[in-house]
Amino acid sequence: MTKHEHYEALVVGCGPGGAAAAATLANQGVETLVLERGTDAGSKNVSGGLLYGEKSAPYTLDTLFPNFREEAAERPVGEYYIHNVAGRQVKTFDLHDIHHRDTEWCDAVLRRKMDSWLADRVHEMTRETGGGLLTNVRVNGLLRDGGEIVGVTLDELDPITADVIIAADGVNSELARDAGLMDWEDPEDWFQGVKAVVEMDPEVINERFGIDDDEGVAHLFSGDLFDGVRGGGFLYTNDQTLSVGTVFHLDSISEEQAEPHELLDNLLTHPLLDQWFQGEYEEREYAAKLVPDSKKVAHPSPHRGRLLLVGDAAGQMQAQGPIIKGMNHAVTAGGLAAEAFQEAKTRGDTNAAGELYERKLEEEGVLAKLRPKRYRATRAVSESSIVNKVGNAVLDSPVGSVGLKAAGKFGLLEKSFNSPFVLGMIPDTKMSYAVIPERIGEVMGTRVTDDNTVEPPELDDRIGDLTYDVDDPHIELQDNSFEASGTAVTACPVSAEDFGGGCYREETIKTNGGQEKVVSLDTQPCVECGTCAVVADTHWEHPSGGKGVEYKQG
Amino acid sequence: MRSVVLTKGVPDFREGQVSFDEDGHLERGKTPTVMNPNDKYALRAALQTKVRQGGQVSLMSMGPPGYAEILQEGMEDVYADDLYLLSDREMGAADTWATAMTVSTGLEQMEENPDLIFAGFKTADGETGHTGPQTEWCLHINDEMPEYPLITHVIALDVDQDEGVVRTKRLVEGDISEIETVETELPAFIVADPEFEPTYRKAEHRLRHKDFREETQQRASEFAEHLADDSEKEMTDWDRFTMWNQEDLNLDPDFIGLDGSPTIVSGVDPIPKAPSEREAQLVEPDDTEGMEDVLEEIQPYAAGD
Repeated sequence: MTKHEHYEALVVGCGPGGAAAAATLANQGVETLVLERGTDAGSKNVSGGLLYGEKSAPYTLDTLFPNFREEAAERPVGEYYIHNVAGRQVKTFDLHDIHHRDTEWCDAVLRRKMDSWLADRVHEMTRETGGGLLTNVRVNGLLRDGGEIVGVTLDELDPITADVIIAADGVNSELARDAGLMDWEDPEDWFQGVKAVVEMDPEVINERFGIDDDEGVAHLFSGDLFDGVRGGGFLYTNDQTLSVGTVFHLDSISEEQAEPHELLDNLLTHPLLDQWFQGEYEEREYAAKLVPDSKKVAHPSPHRGRLLLVGDAAGQMQAQGPIIKGMNHAVTAGGLAAEAFQEAKTRGDTNAAGELYERKLEEEGVLAKLRPKRYRATRAVSESSIVNKVGNAVLDSPVGSVGLKAAGKFGLLEKSFNSPFVLGMIPDTKMSYAVIPERIGEVMGTRVTDDNTVEPPELDDRIGDLTYDVDDPHIELQDNSFEASGTAVTACPVSAEDFGGGCYREETIKTNGGQEKVVSLDTQPCVECGTCAVVADTHWEHPSGGKGVEYKQG
Repeated sequence: MRSVVLTKGVPDFREGQVSFDEDGHLERGKTPTVMNPNDKYALRAALQTKVRQGGQVSLMSMGPPGYAEILQEGMEDVYADDLYLLSDREMGAADTWATAMTVSTGLEQMEENPDLIFAGFKTADGETGHTGPQTEWCLHINDEMPEYPLITHVIALDVDQDEGVVRTKRLVEGDISEIETVETELPAFIVADPEFEPTYRKAEHRLRHKDFREETQQRASEFAEHLADDSEKEMTDWDRFTMWNQEDLNLDPDFIGLDGSPTIVSGVDPIPKAPSEREAQLVEPDDTEGMEDVLEEIQPYAAGD
């Protein structure tokens, strides 16, 4: 075998998971090279925006990186509410208990600022070990020797070998797929989130949300806002902006042929939000991303040979009702992966790192949070359509509403929303996402009388406002029949039916004696969320280093 | 590996910077002077050599003392370990020949002979492309200096220190469609083409590049501060900046500057004004009818579609 450039540890991706892994490795003096495909760390990253520091977590960003919260995060979020919406009827629950459970701190974050800040420190720390951080470099696959994973191959550099490869390359991890650890076959395994970062003066934020400079609020939304698509919305306060977004089960978006940007607009234009917008709306950035549903896809054994998966790449994203935690788990996993390598090295057998990592995830209770046994145990019953039909019927009946009222009176509903035990087994059905919240709003809610007059930008303006460095197409449509790939026209967050400026378009072509509906693809406005990789028949890769979309907020 | 890169200050011809008078003559006083853009490719080639082979990169220019800022720009935007300015009134108004004479003497004056000398492809103002090759010729006739084989239009290069050679790819006839590979022994004289692209295929190289970029920016801002300092300090008090005058170089005034320049400029054509792209019609605010026409014209665009 030819002699390749070699590092002790390779970390792919410099989001919170990669940064935590790299910092922990560097602290142990391990020679660590970090490779980031964005032109700057954070330029490829999107998250809803709440980062938790859990009391029970062995690793948090503020302990790994001094001054992290002061310098890289937005506002600390102390208040947490969920609004159950039925038309103009809204019933609000305070989710204080579940929000503060095991929470040391919780900050709203914007990923470009946060990851870029982390990357500077990571470079400094890893440079001292003989490695360092490089941006604009895309790792495109695994390097194998005799079937064993020994390193990575890259677009911009010659292959590199390493004793350990920590893949923190995000939800669309090419390494996880190359290793056969993850796939993107089933829409049921995924959520899709879209988000608008909305400009708002800090003083206006303080006034309209009733908070001080160093305080923040989180609001969740569920109910009949989203045309029956299973999911919900959120609003978080940043320093000078709001993050407003929606997250839906991808299978539901696909089945309903929903347009994600329109569902986001449903939230943005709902009367309930008038109290905060008051007719003013300036969108700084539109963004989208896939979110793994850890209940189903968090890999119980996220390693193969020298490759260890961390964060979204391993499906480590906890979304159970109003508990939405991803970045914190990625940080913990990153720290544990690094720790596992160091231990394996001390024992003189670096190949044991994967097994050790798996054990640590188990021991630290990460996996239990990500894949609650209760969900698996109750899923077969609670997600069956018969049970749901009966549930619907009961909720709609006078008896059902009396029950709800009674439960509301005794605070039982608010309590169960605040119970991690109950939330851990919430089934992924329309009933839990839309029907119950809607009935709660209907039966118990108060009427919102405000009128929301804001007009969010059209999709073409949203695309136009994003920054792109367009390269050769990075996605190939394998099967362009409408049957195989038509869902992408609606499900892709930058495409829409009867919209010519997006990625996916529906076209009718004349064939021998007939007409055929096909799909065409133009990857220029692609935001690299990965939706089409799941819902359409594509060959999906990331663009080369520094190419493609560049988020400024994230 | 010791590299020296040659550069020149030129008017900043970018739109919004450059200023022409009504006759189409360049208004030198109103147009800022910048480092000749083509020379940055040469500097990048030198930096690539340093990243891969180590060593030192010096940046040299000839011009008035104010050209220290040109050198500072190169140091900031690309890279330089140290800076050399050949400056003397006697050197003023030199043509390419007298310039080559002066610059080659400056190269000779350096403590050690460079392994590689880099020049850019023609300046933005003179556009002759002569100074680089003529400097090489002056080195050739200089008995004190080794031979520097000249390779022009270089778009990629790699130094093999063990073999003592430099391998290059160059454009034939300056055309990207035809590329030839040329190898020569060190030392050598390289003229970088604007198509030159540094390549860094190793992480180690990119990391070093990142270090060097950080260092040179730090140095450049130090130098900028030094230059901006109005106190008694001399420019040359900064230890990475060397300035040589005619006496330092022991040059015969008859062979440099205007006196040493055989070139006669027979005439200068003003740069023709570009035709305006749109037809404009002047409407005064009190011209009611005219304003109504304006309104009618712009209304369809104001609707937001």
